[in-house]
Amino acid sequence: MPFGQGRSGGGGGRGRGADKKAGDKEKGQRRPMFRRRKVCKFCADKIDDINYKDVKLLGPFVPERGKILPRRISGTCAMHQRKLQTAIKRARQLALIPYVTD
Amino acid sequence: MSVRQYELVYILPPDSTEQQVAEVHDLIAANVTRLNGQIEKTEPWGRRKLAYEIGPLKEGFYVLEVISGSGELMKELDRRLKVLDQVIRHLVVRSDAEKKVVERTRTKRQTSSERRRVKRGLPPTRQPGEGRSSTEPDDMDDDRFDVGEV
Repeated sequence: MPFGQGRSGGGGGRGRGADKKAGDKEKGQRRPMFRRRKVCKFCADKIDDINYKDVKLLGPFVPERGKILPRRISGTCAMHQRKLQTAIKRARQLALIPYVTD
Repeated sequence: MSVRQYELVYILPPDSTEQQVAEVHDLIAANVTRLNGQIEKTEPWGRRKLAYEIGPLKEGFYVLEVISGSGELMKELDRRLKVLDQVIRHLVVRSDAEKKVVERTRTKRQTSSERRRVKRGLPPTRQPGEGRSSTEPDDMDDDRFDVGEV
């Protein structure tokens, strides 16, 4: 069955697979070719303990607006994103990190 | 009753005197000893800017206490701190379980890397001057991410 062929192949191919084979679909768009391969910062640096007290560590994952940076942008692995999430939420309770800023 | 380790962080107004800080600490200490707990560490962080305003305040005096004791003790402490006017914010977190997890992942990684190295016929630990750490260009130099389509 030719699933995924023809016009139905929309969604899906955005994350990891996209940089492997930049077909003609990608060509016309804003960022045509090279995308840096994302690596989980915590896996790469072997940081096991994501602590709510360590504001310096959490800082890059909370952009100006105050929202938690999604995995799709930061490249954090699922396990570490989960830990990061609880750490950020705890830090917010203690006013170490803002809930919102506008 | 099981003994567990907890971390308690609380925030006092920035203009509180040393005596006021000691008062809150003594109150906590009294409750901890009353319920057979133990304060293992007290670590005042001092004045810090708050990330958002809490009432009229823009700064706070942070204190961290590491306490080992029962869950009932922490429940009681939590209740008391909620009532206390001097404490503008507090957080209780159980820390022994998390420490255990951290320890486990660390040893797991170490043993698995050693096993892999031995399989490749290398000594189990990394030797000085080994690897390609300095020769490869480091493209992850900045901490920022390229925020694309959000």
